[in-house]
Amino acid sequence: MASPVAQFQVKPIFPVVPEGESLPFYAFTNSSVAMVAAVVVAAVFFWLATRKRAMVPGRWQSVGELTFEFVANMIRDNVGKEGMKYFPFIFTLFCFVFIGNMLGMLPYSFTFTSHIAVTAAMAVFIFVGVTIIGFARHGVHYLHMFFPHGAPLATAPILIPIELISYLSRPFSLSVRLFANMTVGHIMLKVLAGFVIALGAFGFIPFIVVGGITVLEFFIAALQAYVFTILTCIYLNDAINMH
Amino acid sequence: MEAEAAKMIGAGLAAIGMIGSGIGVGNIWANLIATVGRNPAAKSSVELYGWIGFAVTEAIALFALVVALILLFAA
Repeated sequence: MASPVAQFQVKPIFPVVPEGESLPFYAFTNSSVAMVAAVVVAAVFFWLATRKRAMVPGRWQSVGELTFEFVANMIRDNVGKEGMKYFPFIFTLFCFVFIGNMLGMLPYSFTFTSHIAVTAAMAVFIFVGVTIIGFARHGVHYLHMFFPHGAPLATAPILIPIELISYLSRPFSLSVRLFANMTVGHIMLKVLAGFVIALGAFGFIPFIVVGGITVLEFFIAALQAYVFTILTCIYLNDAINMH
Repeated sequence: MEAEAAKMIGAGLAAIGMIGSGIGVGNIWANLIATVGRNPAAKSSVELYGWIGFAVTEAIALFALVVALILLFAA
Protein backbone atom coordinates (compact mmCIF):
# COMPACT_ATOMS: atom_id res chain seq x y z
CA MET A 1 0.00 0.00 0.00
CA ALA A 2 1.35 3.41 -0.91
CA SER A 3 2.36 5.88 1.72
CA PRO A 4 -0.26 8.57 2.41
CA VAL A 5 2.29 11.28 1.58
CA ALA A 6 3.04 9.92 -1.89
CA GLN A 7 0.19 12.07 -3.23
CA PHE A 8 2.19 15.24 -2.54
CA GLN A 9 5.16 14.25 -4.65
CA VAL A 10 5.97 16.73 -7.38
CA LYS A 11 6.53 14.78 -10.57
CA PRO A 12 8.17 16.52 -13.54
CA ILE A 13 6.31 16.00 -16.77
CA PHE A 14 8.36 18.05 -19.24
CA PRO A 15 11.78 18.64 -17.72
CA VAL A 16 14.07 21.13 -19.44
CA VAL A 17 17.55 19.72 -19.04
CA PRO A 18 20.44 21.91 -20.22
CA GLU A 19 23.24 20.35 -22.24
CA GLY A 20 25.75 18.35 -20.27
CA GLU A 21 23.82 18.39 -16.99
CA SER A 22 21.73 15.72 -15.35
CA LEU A 23 19.22 17.79 -13.38
CA PRO A 24 16.61 19.93 -15.15
CA PHE A 25 16.79 23.65 -14.52
CA TYR A 26 13.06 23.92 -15.04
CA ALA A 27 10.35 21.30 -15.31
CA PHE A 28 6.66 21.52 -16.05
CA THR A 29 5.38 19.44 -13.16
CA ASN A 30 2.05 18.09 -12.00
CA SER A 31 1.92 21.10 -9.69
CA SER A 32 2.17 23.38 -12.74
CA VAL A 33 -0.60 21.43 -14.46
CA ALA A 34 -2.83 21.94 -11.42
CA MET A 35 -2.09 25.67 -11.34
CA VAL A 36 -2.78 26.04 -15.07
CA ALA A 37 -6.01 24.08 -14.57
CA ALA A 38 -7.05 26.47 -11.78
CA VAL A 39 -6.37 29.49 -14.00
CA VAL A 40 -8.28 27.91 -16.89
CA VAL A 41 -11.26 27.10 -14.65
CA ALA A 42 -11.28 30.66 -13.30
CA ALA A 43 -10.97 32.18 -16.78
CA VAL A 44 -13.75 30.01 -18.24
CA PHE A 45 -16.02 30.68 -15.28
CA PHE A 46 -15.62 34.45 -15.46
CA TRP A 47 -15.92 34.42 -19.23
CA LEU A 48 -19.25 32.61 -18.85
CA ALA A 49 -20.25 35.01 -16.09
CA THR A 50 -19.56 38.17 -18.06
CA ARG A 51 -20.70 37.11 -21.52
CA LYS A 52 -24.12 38.74 -21.46
CA ARG A 53 -24.13 41.92 -19.46
CA ALA A 54 -27.81 41.72 -18.60
CA MET A 55 -29.49 44.07 -16.16
CA VAL A 56 -31.33 41.14 -14.63
CA PRO A 57 -28.52 38.63 -14.28
CA GLY A 58 -28.81 35.08 -15.50
CA ARG A 59 -27.38 32.23 -13.48
CA TRP A 60 -23.71 32.47 -14.48
CA GLN A 61 -23.72 36.24 -14.16
CA SER A 62 -25.37 35.94 -10.75
CA VAL A 63 -22.65 33.74 -9.38
CA GLY A 64 -19.99 35.97 -10.88
CA GLU A 65 -21.57 39.01 -9.27
CA LEU A 66 -21.90 37.18 -5.96
CA THR A 67 -18.20 36.34 -5.95
CA PHE A 68 -17.31 39.91 -6.89
CA GLU A 69 -19.49 41.35 -4.15
CA PHE A 70 -18.20 38.86 -1.61
CA VAL A 71 -14.59 39.94 -2.09
CA ALA A 72 -15.49 43.60 -2.58
CA ASN A 73 -17.44 43.65 0.70
CA MET A 74 -14.55 41.90 2.41
CA ILE A 75 -12.19 44.64 1.26
CA ARG A 76 -14.56 47.52 2.00
CA ASP A 77 -15.33 46.22 5.50
CA ASN A 78 -11.75 45.57 6.45
CA VAL A 79 -9.70 48.12 4.53
CA GLY A 80 -12.15 50.86 3.58
CA LYS A 81 -12.80 52.49 0.26
CA GLU A 82 -9.08 53.06 -0.30
CA GLY A 83 -8.51 49.34 -0.33
CA MET A 84 -10.55 48.88 -3.47
CA LYS A 85 -7.55 49.79 -5.58
CA TYR A 86 -6.04 46.49 -4.42
CA PHE A 87 -9.18 44.62 -5.39
CA PRO A 88 -7.75 42.91 -8.50
CA PHE A 89 -4.91 41.43 -6.47
CA ILE A 90 -7.10 40.27 -3.57
CA PHE A 91 -9.70 38.86 -5.95
CA THR A 92 -7.08 36.96 -7.92
CA LEU A 93 -5.60 35.65 -4.69
CA PHE A 94 -8.98 34.47 -3.42
CA CYS A 95 -9.98 32.80 -6.70
CA PHE A 96 -6.59 31.14 -7.15
CA VAL A 97 -6.47 29.68 -3.64
CA PHE A 98 -10.17 28.76 -3.65
CA ILE A 99 -10.15 27.00 -7.01
CA GLY A 100 -6.79 25.40 -6.23
CA ASN A 101 -8.12 23.96 -2.98
CA MET A 102 -11.31 22.79 -4.64
CA LEU A 103 -9.57 21.16 -7.59
CA GLY A 104 -7.43 19.28 -5.09
CA MET A 105 -10.56 17.55 -3.82
CA LEU A 106 -11.01 15.77 -7.14
CA PRO A 107 -9.68 12.20 -7.02
CA TYR A 108 -6.19 11.71 -8.48
CA SER A 109 -5.64 15.45 -8.69
CA PHE A 110 -2.83 17.47 -7.18
CA THR A 111 -3.41 20.15 -4.55
CA PHE A 112 -0.84 22.76 -5.36
CA THR A 113 -1.60 24.71 -2.16
CA SER A 114 -0.44 21.73 -0.13
CA HIS A 115 3.17 22.69 -0.77
CA ILE A 116 4.89 25.15 1.54
CA ALA A 117 6.84 26.46 -1.45
CA VAL A 118 3.65 27.68 -3.12
CA THR A 119 1.95 29.10 -0.04
CA ALA A 120 5.18 30.65 1.23
CA ALA A 121 5.72 32.36 -2.11
CA MET A 122 2.25 33.88 -1.87
CA ALA A 123 2.60 34.79 1.80
CA VAL A 124 6.05 36.36 1.43
CA PHE A 125 4.82 38.34 -1.57
CA ILE A 126 1.88 39.62 0.47
CA PHE A 127 4.07 40.42 3.48
CA VAL A 128 6.72 42.28 1.49
CA GLY A 129 4.04 44.05 -0.54
CA VAL A 130 2.11 45.17 2.53
CA THR A 131 5.31 46.39 4.23
CA ILE A 132 6.28 48.37 1.14
CA ILE A 133 2.77 49.83 0.96
CA GLY A 134 3.03 50.79 4.62
CA PHE A 135 6.36 52.54 4.21
CA ALA A 136 5.32 54.19 0.97
CA ARG A 137 2.22 55.60 2.56
CA HIS A 138 3.46 56.64 5.98
CA GLY A 139 7.22 56.84 5.63
CA VAL A 140 9.17 56.25 8.80
CA HIS A 141 5.98 56.83 10.78
CA TYR A 142 5.02 53.27 9.82
CA LEU A 143 7.41 52.06 12.52
CA HIS A 144 5.01 53.52 15.06
CA MET A 145 2.89 50.47 14.41
CA PHE A 146 5.13 48.52 16.74
CA PHE A 147 4.38 50.81 19.63
CA PRO A 148 0.61 51.17 20.08
CA HIS A 149 -0.61 54.63 20.86
CA GLY A 150 -1.17 55.40 24.49
CA ALA A 151 0.93 52.61 25.95
CA PRO A 152 3.20 53.75 28.81
CA LEU A 153 6.77 54.36 27.66
CA ALA A 154 8.18 52.03 30.32
CA THR A 155 6.65 49.02 28.64
CA ALA A 156 8.44 49.80 25.36
CA PRO A 157 11.41 47.38 25.83
CA ILE A 158 8.98 44.49 26.23
CA LEU A 159 6.23 45.63 23.88
CA ILE A 160 8.31 46.51 20.85
CA PRO A 161 10.08 43.12 20.51
CA ILE A 162 6.80 41.30 21.03
CA GLU A 163 5.05 43.42 18.40
CA LEU A 164 7.99 43.06 16.04
CA ILE A 165 8.06 39.28 16.38
CA SER A 166 4.32 38.98 15.90
CA TYR A 167 4.59 41.18 12.79
CA LEU A 168 7.43 39.10 11.36
CA SER A 169 5.56 35.87 12.09
CA ARG A 170 2.74 36.87 9.75
CA PRO A 171 4.11 35.29 6.55
CA PHE A 172 4.91 32.11 8.47
CA SER A 173 1.49 31.73 10.00
CA LEU A 174 -0.24 32.68 6.76
CA SER A 175 1.65 30.13 4.68
CA VAL A 176 1.75 27.31 7.22
CA ARG A 177 -1.96 27.66 8.00
CA LEU A 178 -2.95 27.05 4.38
CA PHE A 179 -0.35 24.39 3.61
CA ALA A 180 -0.90 22.46 6.84
CA ASN A 181 -4.69 22.46 6.49
CA MET A 182 -4.51 21.11 2.96
CA THR A 183 -1.77 18.58 3.68
CA VAL A 184 -3.31 17.22 6.86
CA GLY A 185 -6.75 16.97 5.28
CA HIS A 186 -5.52 14.96 2.35
CA ILE A 187 -3.30 12.72 4.49
CA MET A 188 -6.27 12.01 6.74
CA LEU A 189 -8.39 11.09 3.73
CA LYS A 190 -5.74 8.71 2.44
CA VAL A 191 -5.16 7.08 5.82
CA LEU A 192 -8.89 6.52 6.38
CA ALA A 193 -9.23 5.18 2.84
CA GLY A 194 -6.51 2.70 3.71
CA PHE A 195 -8.63 1.50 6.59
CA VAL A 196 -11.49 0.75 4.20
CA ILE A 197 -9.41 -1.91 2.49
CA ALA A 198 -7.76 -3.12 5.67
CA LEU A 199 -11.01 -3.89 7.47
CA GLY A 200 -12.34 -6.07 4.67
CA ALA A 201 -16.04 -6.81 5.23
CA PHE A 202 -16.49 -4.05 7.81
CA GLY A 203 -14.93 -1.53 5.43
CA PHE A 204 -18.20 0.36 5.09
CA ILE A 205 -17.65 2.02 8.49
CA PRO A 206 -14.47 3.87 7.51
CA PHE A 207 -16.08 4.47 4.12
CA ILE A 208 -18.87 6.45 5.75
CA VAL A 209 -16.26 8.32 7.80
CA VAL A 210 -14.33 9.09 4.60
CA GLY A 211 -17.53 10.49 3.12
CA GLY A 212 -18.06 12.73 6.14
CA ILE A 213 -14.43 13.88 6.21
CA THR A 214 -14.63 14.67 2.47
CA VAL A 215 -17.54 17.02 3.16
CA LEU A 216 -15.48 18.58 5.94
CA GLU A 217 -12.53 18.94 3.59
CA PHE A 218 -14.63 20.77 0.99
CA PHE A 219 -15.69 23.15 3.73
CA ILE A 220 -12.14 23.57 5.01
CA ALA A 221 -10.91 24.20 1.45
CA ALA A 222 -13.36 27.08 1.07
CA LEU A 223 -12.76 28.37 4.60
CA GLN A 224 -8.98 28.41 4.25
CA ALA A 225 -9.21 30.35 1.01
CA TYR A 226 -11.49 32.83 2.74
CA VAL A 227 -9.25 33.11 5.83
CA PHE A 228 -6.13 33.60 3.67
CA THR A 229 -7.85 36.44 1.84
CA ILE A 230 -9.35 38.11 4.87
CA LEU A 231 -6.07 38.02 6.76
CA THR A 232 -4.43 39.64 3.75
CA CYS A 233 -7.11 42.34 3.93
CA ILE A 234 -6.47 42.82 7.65
CA TYR A 235 -2.70 43.15 7.09
CA LEU A 236 -3.41 45.59 4.27
CA ASN A 237 -5.61 47.56 6.65
CA ASP A 238 -2.78 47.70 9.17
CA ALA A 239 -0.54 49.14 6.49
CA ILE A 240 -2.96 51.62 5.00
CA ASN A 241 -4.81 52.85 8.08
CA MET A 242 -2.51 52.32 11.01
CA HIS A 243 -4.89 51.48 13.85
CA MET B 1 17.14 3.71 21.25
CA GLU B 2 16.98 3.39 17.50
CA ALA B 3 16.12 6.37 15.38
CA GLU B 4 12.84 4.90 14.11
CA ALA B 5 11.48 4.42 17.63
CA ALA B 6 12.63 7.88 18.69
CA LYS B 7 10.82 9.40 15.69
CA MET B 8 7.58 7.69 16.64
CA ILE B 9 7.84 8.86 20.25
CA GLY B 10 8.70 12.36 19.11
CA ALA B 11 5.73 12.46 16.76
CA GLY B 12 3.44 11.37 19.55
CA LEU B 13 4.81 14.04 21.88
CA ALA B 14 4.48 16.73 19.22
CA ALA B 15 0.85 15.87 18.60
CA ILE B 16 0.05 16.48 22.29
CA GLY B 17 0.37 20.18 21.54
CA MET B 18 -2.96 20.06 19.76
CA ILE B 19 -4.77 19.94 23.11
CA GLY B 20 -4.45 23.72 23.45
CA SER B 21 -6.11 24.28 20.11
CA GLY B 22 -8.97 21.99 21.06
CA ILE B 23 -9.63 24.09 24.14
CA GLY B 24 -9.33 27.28 22.10
CA VAL B 25 -11.75 26.20 19.39
CA GLY B 26 -14.23 25.02 22.01
CA ASN B 27 -13.90 28.43 23.67
CA ILE B 28 -14.70 30.24 20.45
CA TRP B 29 -17.80 28.22 19.68
CA ALA B 30 -19.01 28.29 23.30
CA ASN B 31 -18.81 32.07 23.33
CA LEU B 32 -20.39 32.30 19.89
CA ILE B 33 -23.31 30.12 20.96
CA ALA B 34 -23.73 32.05 24.19
CA THR B 35 -23.68 35.34 22.28
CA VAL B 36 -26.29 34.20 19.79
CA GLY B 37 -28.32 32.77 22.65
CA ARG B 38 -28.40 36.05 24.53
CA ASN B 39 -28.95 38.24 21.49
CA PRO B 40 -30.18 36.36 18.42
CA ALA B 41 -30.13 39.55 16.37
CA ALA B 42 -26.34 39.73 16.73
CA LYS B 43 -25.85 36.45 14.88
CA SER B 44 -24.85 37.92 11.55
CA SER B 45 -22.28 40.26 13.07
CA VAL B 46 -20.44 37.68 15.15
CA GLU B 47 -20.74 34.68 12.84
CA LEU B 48 -18.00 35.95 10.54
CA TYR B 49 -15.51 36.44 13.36
CA GLY B 50 -16.41 32.99 14.67
CA TRP B 51 -15.21 31.38 11.45
CA ILE B 52 -12.08 33.49 11.20
CA GLY B 53 -11.23 32.80 14.84
CA PHE B 54 -11.80 29.09 14.33
CA ALA B 55 -9.48 28.93 11.33
CA VAL B 56 -6.73 30.90 13.03
CA THR B 57 -6.92 28.78 16.20
CA GLU B 58 -7.04 25.56 14.20
CA ALA B 59 -3.83 26.65 12.52
CA ILE B 60 -2.00 26.36 15.85
CA ALA B 61 -3.07 22.72 16.09
CA LEU B 62 -1.80 22.19 12.59
CA PHE B 63 1.58 23.74 13.42
CA ALA B 64 1.97 21.00 16.06
CA LEU B 65 0.69 18.37 13.66
CA VAL B 66 3.16 19.49 10.99
CA VAL B 67 6.02 18.85 13.42
CA ALA B 68 4.64 15.36 14.07
CA LEU B 69 4.24 14.66 10.35
CA ILE B 70 7.75 15.89 9.60
CA LEU B 71 9.06 13.43 12.17
CA LEU B 72 7.01 10.58 10.80
CA PHE B 73 7.46 11.06 7.07
CA ALA B 74 10.24 13.45 6.28
CA ALA B 75 13.10 12.90 8.74
